[in-house]
Parts: sequence; C-alpha cells; structure tokens
Amino acid sequence: MSKKFKVVKTSVEKVDGYSLVAGRGVFVDDIDLPGMLQIKMLTSPHAHAVIKSINIKKAEALEGVHTIMTHENVPRIPHTTAGQGFPEPSPYDTYTFRRKVRFVGDRVAAVVAETEEIAEEAMKLIEVEYDVLPAVFDPKDAIKEGAPIIHDEEDCYIPIPVAYEPERNLCAHVDVEAGDFDKAYAESDVQVDREYYSHYAQHCPMEPHICIGYPDENDRLVLRVSTQVPFHSRRITAQCTGIPIRKIRVIKPRIGGGFGTKQEVLLEDVVAFAVMRTGRPVRWALTRKEEFISSRTRHPQYVNIKIGANKDGKINAMEMKVLSNTGAYGSHALTVMSNCGSKVLPLYRCKNIRFWGDTAYTNMPVAGAYRGYGATQAAFAMECVISEVAQKIGMDTVEFRKMNHIKSGEGSPIFEKLGEGKEGVPQTIGSCGLAECIEWGEKEIEWGKKNPPSEPHKRRGKGVAILMQGSSVPEIDMGSAFIKMNEDGSFNLLMGATDLGTGSDTVLSQIAAEVLGTTEKFIIPYSSDTDFTPFDVGAYASSTTYLTGSAVLKTAEKVKEQIFGVAQNMGPFKDCSVDEMYLEDAQVKCKTCDKTISFSDICNFAMYAKDQFQIAACESHITHKSPPPFTAHFVEVEVDTMTGKVDLLKYVAPVDCGTPINPILADGQTQGAVVNGISFALTEEYFFNEKGVMLNPDFNNYKILSTVDMPELKTTLIDTYEETGPFGAKSVSEISINGALPAIANAIYDAVGVRINNGPFTPEKVYMAMKELKK
Amino acid sequence: MELKLNINDKLHVLDIEPGDLLVDVLRKSGYKSVKIGCREGTCGTCTILLNGNAVNSCLVFAADCEGASIHSVESLGTMAEPHPLQEAFVKHGATQCGYCNPGSLLSAKALLNEKPDPTEEEVKEALDGNLCRCTGYVKRIEAILAASKKMRS
Repeated sequence: MSKKFKVVKTSVEKVDGYSLVAGRGVFVDDIDLPGMLQIKMLTSPHAHAVIKSINIKKAEALEGVHTIMTHENVPRIPHTTAGQGFPEPSPYDTYTFRRKVRFVGDRVAAVVAETEEIAEEAMKLIEVEYDVLPAVFDPKDAIKEGAPIIHDEEDCYIPIPVAYEPERNLCAHVDVEAGDFDKAYAESDVQVDREYYSHYAQHCPMEPHICIGYPDENDRLVLRVSTQVPFHSRRITAQCTGIPIRKIRVIKPRIGGGFGTKQEVLLEDVVAFAVMRTGRPVRWALTRKEEFISSRTRHPQYVNIKIGANKDGKINAMEMKVLSNTGAYGSHALTVMSNCGSKVLPLYRCKNIRFWGDTAYTNMPVAGAYRGYGATQAAFAMECVISEVAQKIGMDTVEFRKMNHIKSGEGSPIFEKLGEGKEGVPQTIGSCGLAECIEWGEKEIEWGKKNPPSEPHKRRGKGVAILMQGSSVPEIDMGSAFIKMNEDGSFNLLMGATDLGTGSDTVLSQIAAEVLGTTEKFIIPYSSDTDFTPFDVGAYASSTTYLTGSAVLKTAEKVKEQIFGVAQNMGPFKDCSVDEMYLEDAQVKCKTCDKTISFSDICNFAMYAKDQFQIAACESHITHKSPPPFTAHFVEVEVDTMTGKVDLLKYVAPVDCGTPINPILADGQTQGAVVNGISFALTEEYFFNEKGVMLNPDFNNYKILSTVDMPELKTTLIDTYEETGPFGAKSVSEISINGALPAIANAIYDAVGVRINNGPFTPEKVYMAMKELKK
Repeated sequence: MELKLNINDKLHVLDIEPGDLLVDVLRKSGYKSVKIGCREGTCGTCTILLNGNAVNSCLVFAADCEGASIHSVESLGTMAEPHPLQEAFVKHGATQCGYCNPGSLLSAKALLNEKPDPTEEEVKEALDGNLCRCTGYVKRIEAILAASKKMRS
C-alpha cells in the first residue's frame, strides 16, 4: 500500500511559514493606500420590516462623508452571496441593498467616509422609518401555513431546476429513496426514531472579513479580498455591479482563516460601488460583532433519524429527515441540506434508505458554508442513534459499527441519488482505512475499560463516532494550474486554488516537486490573482489537495515531457529515448547511460539556444469520484453529577486521508477541526432575545476553546492509498469537525445515562437532563 | 500630541490623537504584525510586549505609553534568522493561517523571559488569551516547549 516518494509524504516546512511568523505584512489589511476611504454599514434593528422611508441628507452633509448607498440609489440585482460554481445551486434572493430587511443585522445603508469614526457619526444621522412586520424565528414555524412570508418579492428565483417555494418560506427541498424504507423499517426487530438539533455557530476566523478596493492605472477595479473563492468573487461582483469581468481583478493575499465563511461574496459588491462612485481606494472591514451577526453561520438543523435493525445486528432501514434553517437568505441552503444525507448515509451498508430534506427561511442570521457542511449536523444525530440501536440490540456500539460500516469495493445508492443540486455520481469506495482507524482508537482510549472517577460524585464514560466526508464535488468542481520554468531550474506554480492557512500552497508545491524531480524550495507557488492564475473553484468541499493536486500533477507531467524534449535536442542526450529519461535532483538523467543535464542548462537552452520557447504548461482537472476520508473518534469524559459539568479527559482521532502529502500539515488540519468541533459541542452558542437580536456577539460571551480548555488530544494518520488521487491523497480538512458532538453525547450517556439531543452540552443542560431521568 | 515610543529598540517620535489606541498607532507606524481581530481585548492577535509584559494593544491608549518600550514580533527575528520560537512554530506546524502567530509568539516570549523552563500547564496559561481557530493548539504548545528546550541548551 505504501509507496516511496521523495518530497511527497514528508513534513517539509510550510512555504509561507517564516513569512507568517516574522509578521510580514501579508494580509489584506496590511497595505496603506493614499486617500483610502472607509465603509461602515448601517444595519437593521428589526428582524422583519419594510423600509418606509430613508433620509440620508443630514448624513451626506457631514464633513468627510463621500457617499451613502441605499436601496434607493443602488441597482437592484437579484444574486446569491454563496461563492459556488455557476449557475449556483443557491437562490438569487439577495440584493446589494433591500427595500425589506429580513434579520437583525441586515444591510440598510453604507456610508463611505474619510474615516470609520466619521462614517459611524454619519450613520447616526440617517433617518429610517420602518414598517415592522411579524417575524418568524424557528424553521418549524416558518413552514407552517400563515407564517409571515420572508421573500415575497417577485424577482427572486433559483437559477437551476430544483424545488424553490419562497411563498411558503421553503428555500430548498430534496427527497430520495432507495429500496423500500417503510416496509423494511416495519419489519425490523429493533426500531429507533429520534430527533436531534444542531445549534447556531460561527466560524470565528481570527481575521474578520475584509475587502480593499481601488482603481488601477487603467481604471480597472482591483479587489484585495479575504476570500476562499477569488474567481466566484470576481463573477458575482460583476453580476451585482454591471462591471464587466474583464475590468475586475481579484487578489487573494494570505488569508487569516476561513472555514467556509469566506466562501461568501459578502463585501465586494459594496466596495466595488464605493470605488466606482468615489474613484478612491476604499476599505471595508467587519468588526467581530458584525462577523457574528451579519456574516455567515452554520445552518442550525433539526435532524430526525429512524433506523430499523435485526437482532443479529444488521441494519435494514435508515431514514434521515432534515429541517434546515438558512436564516434570512438562502446561501448554500440546498447543498448543505443535501450534504447531510450524502456524507452521512453512505457510511452504513443498507438497502432501504430514505432522505428527506427541507430548508426554511427564517428571520434569523444568515447561514452559509461551514467546515463539515451539513455532515456535522447530520452525524450528530446519526451517530447517537446508531449507538442507541446497538444498545437496544444488546451489542457493543463499536462492534455494531464494525459490522455495518462501508468497506473498500462497496457502494451506496445515496452516492448516485444525492448530488449538489442534481443527481449524484455513482461510486464505489476505493481506499478505506476505517477499520484501522477504529482499531487504533479503541486501543488508545482503552475501549471497554471503565475507569474510576476522580471524585465520588463524578461519573466517567466513553463514546465513539465514525465518520466520512468527501473529496471535492465530482463532475462539478474544476481546478487548474500553470507551471513555467526559470533559468535557475526553478518553477513558478500559479494556481487559482486558495491557500487560506490550510497549507495548500505547500502541499501543491510538493506534488509539483515530486513529479519534476526537484524540491519544494525550487517551486514558487502563487495563489491567487484572477489576472494571473488560472481558474479554480476555490477552497471548499475538501477539494484542493485531491482536485487541484491532480491538476498540478498533470501540469507538471506536461512540463516534464517538454524538458525531455529539450534534453533530446541538446548534444548529450541525442541518442537517448524519452522512455529512458527521468528527472532527479533537478537534473535530467538517463537509465541506460550515465549522462545528466541540469535543469538550469535545460531552461537556458530552451530560452536562448535553439528552437526557443518557454517551458510551460497549463492543465485542468475535474473529478469523477469524491473519495471519502474516514475517521473514528473516541472520547472519555467525566461528568460532575452535582453540577452537570462535562470534563473531556481524552480525545482520540485517527484519520485516513489516503497519502498525507504533508503529514504535519494534515495532522494540523485534524487537530484544528477536532478542537473546533469540541468547542461547538461544549461551549459555543448564540443567544437571542425574543426580537431576534443576538445577545453575545463577542469572545467574552461566545466562548471558543483556548489553550487551557484543551483535553489530552491524540491524533494519527492511518496510511492508505487512494488510486484516483494525486500520489494516493484524499481530503482531510473537514471530516474531523464532525465527531465531537456525537462522540461526547455518547460518552455522556455512558457516564450518566442521559441522551442530550441538542448542543452545546452545558452543565445546566446536562444537569437538567439528569434530574429529568431521576423522576 | 507628541508621543515618544521606543519600538523594537528604536526611538519614534509620533504625532497622535489623545484617544488613539496603541494598536492603531503601531499599525500606522508600519508595524503590521500587530493584528486586529476583535478590538476588545478578547482574541490576543494584537498582543505586543509593553515594557516586557504581554498586553493587548487594543486595550491601551497610546498616550499612556510615553517613553515606554514596545516590542512587536518584528523584533524577534527575521525570515532569514528566525528566533527559536519562530523556527519552532514553523517546524512543529504551529502556523496555519498565521494571523494569531505574532501575538502568540510574543506571549510565549514573555513567558520564556520569566520562566525559561515552563511546564506544559504554564504554557497553556500564558497563551490562554491568544485564540487560534486553525491549529487546535496542540502544535503551538509543542513548539513553545521545544523552543524553550533549545534556548536553554
């Protein structure tokens, strides 16, 4: 299974590492442009209201204010902020500015001024009269007859042929069935039917959203954006503003984290209009509060699971019903909901499967893409119910999983039936290290061994969850790369793929170096700039290593062929055939003779000697599979029966991501995802008042884990080889965020016998559940 | 008003407004390593050393710092000659997006100045105010312990 590599599968130093730790000014905000103006956004204090009138005269008169934009003076163009491929599987229900506001935090007016302070002063002078409408906050209420209709405008639509019924707040719907669920469920020995709820959460990248725009020397619009999707950003900005694509350039410098919230075209339209109106550089940076309230969140979801199984442990029937809350706008509404089924249901062998998904509009903060993308929410419900089924049968919960989980060479009807806005792509599992993950995890956590508590009033318990994700969206997403050779034997590697801290520039450089027989130090990666780098859908759907990695591999192969061709034109290799040549140590070598030519000589010959040309190539790649990475999470908790407080003692997360191109970076992805998942499961929570106002938009009151909160965390990479991936690689970035909710919930049950069906597992919630159990 | 600051061992005479925050003054003076993540003292990305102590520069009025000695991460080391802490962050995979790195490196520096041989618990406590959403902290803690070991040898 293991193959020998030179650069791949080694933990080379991150190519941008020293620049980042030296504090070089590499982020969007680290440039000073003369005369730069600032944007501040006045937002809605109401969850649902029509703007009756808006008066900006006094605000405009304030010294230092350059322009103010509202729905009255900016074109109304329906679009989606979801940075997805075109046409997007998300409804065009958003306008740069709206007549009607749909959640507390919705855009009302943008002030462009000399300073942020002046803009804030001006905001106070804007007079807005609202006609307040009844609001609806829960998706269950939103789809009831008679609920206030949130998108009652005539011009919203979804650009692909799928269900969309805004007249009843139904933003998306999908239902598919394989086999006969009802019959199989009815005939099963054991039946479990449970509803789980996943709560609101925010991505919390350390760098909030930011965009700086300016006109270049030819009056083209340059946008420097903290984005995961530079090409979608350019396209959607063009759509909203009417500026042709050829007159927009989007630059993605280093990005301070994204996790999905920067797969959103959130600021660019307003900045573009501001630059057009003023002719000046303009900056818009969200505050942390705005990041919580007005950017994007995870889709809160009710997930109902029904599982029917036989006494011998075989699963007969599985049903997943999802009711997803997209908030006021439908960004990723359909695809996050679909992903609940497509990334969770195939994990278990079963012939009779039904998936039913609805996404509702509500007057709540807007959800979007968030690492895990529906699988997080669905795995919570599924993995808790799987444990409950096993317990009902009287089987060990790990043994039950071993017996039923998908294995190499097997498929699932769900792969074919459930895609992103259309049918899926049939596939059978190639590499699968899930059994090894389970084995490693069992050993690490000492599964089956009950440890005594540290104090008499505490109880210990262990829990498990197994997971899969995908690697890219098959037959939809495309990545490409461009490589050119330089005289010193180095190569420029230009990619639209966006390294947002993930390390993809490093990983993709390693792939290029492996093919080209050089080291990553001789690869100069650059991502991304829509003027210079070839198209890539961007960093999402766990795609970059698998998808763009394959594009880089193909491009490097092409360059390699050109190098061989040049070598044949040069004296020493005249009589050598291409079949005998290979690249090693930045040289062309021959298997049969002992001659070598250095890359430097090759490039100099190609550029200056004979039949001159630039050694360069550009290749693209789409995938026909989305091979899942696998993991098994194990956790031990200690629950204080007097307070309900849950302490994590140990968390174990082995992951099969195929070949880890850079093991230390792959491991870092796993650890980061696990800790984000734990944080979501234990402490992160949005609090709202009865008017839909979020009450805790800051890190003091929205608690994300810090160093002192860390449990003992053990991770490892389980070696497999995915034949369809570049050098055997699959994805790694998302999967490990999905385990904490179910694994911890299962451990709490093991410790104190209560099943908590909604996060976060706060002391209060656990305590009340224990109290309820005693009754 | 005029403000004298010793930034990274170099005297600066700056023209500031009385209400200016230290973070903004530093960034305006070209020290872009000092990051903004919350402006309310909760994320730690703007951490600098103020007279040797790690503080959130978004909570400090610049005007209160007359004559103070300030160190940003630019003073630690360069790309070519990194400080052992910076080197350890790269080698141990403690840098992902890197946005929290300058602040966390300075908190680590302040700790090691005081305790050259900290325990894991002491590292965790010293870095508690420096949030990171990318790494899950494991590699950061490993890196700091490794750097402290290297600096002692």
